[in-house]
Amino acid sequence: MIEIALKVTIALIALAVVLNVYRLIRGPDATDRVLALDTLYINAIALILLLDIQLDTRLYLESALLIAVMGFIGTVALAKYLKRGSVIE
Amino acid sequence: MTLAIELGISILLIIGGVFALIGAIGLARLPDFYTRLHGPTKATTIGVGSIALASFAYFAGANASYDLIELLIMVFLFMTAPISANFLAKAAMHLKVKTTDNTRGQPWDQ
Repeated sequence: MIEIALKVTIALIALAVVLNVYRLIRGPDATDRVLALDTLYINAIALILLLDIQLDTRLYLESALLIAVMGFIGTVALAKYLKRGSVIE
Repeated sequence: MTLAIELGISILLIIGGVFALIGAIGLARLPDFYTRLHGPTKATTIGVGSIALASFAYFAGANASYDLIELLIMVFLFMTAPISANFLAKAAMHLKVKTTDNTRGQPWDQ
């Protein structure tokens, strides 16, 4: 049962990634693209967690945690840059 | 792993995938930036939190290994999603990103 649910969930997340890439390309503003990148890294975390269940290993969980931390820092830095014109004043 | 645990994990996985997809549809379909901000920061966050919970339950049930990394990821995402949404909304208000026509009042008026 888990195998089927896993396949379905991977398909749903892959479809979500396609929609995010559509918004990333379409724009129309810079903030939309930053938001699309933010959603993309969250979906990448979900895909890594699903890959871990699929392969029955815990190898890649640390990379998911690192992506969570670094993605948040990247989003905040980009938003700061859009607002102020520089990341660190 | 008993059938009940497998059923619970499967339901959590499907709920997570559906919520992440709903967030992405909101990101792709809603009319302006301020409404588009709602989809990813609420629906996608709870979807990925559900998938992390399913992963924790799977490894706890299958290997009896109780590492807390998934829960750490979930808590971190729940903490950071509103903060990044707030930063992005502030940046959009500063750049005066257009709203839809039927928005009452502009966010940067007050």
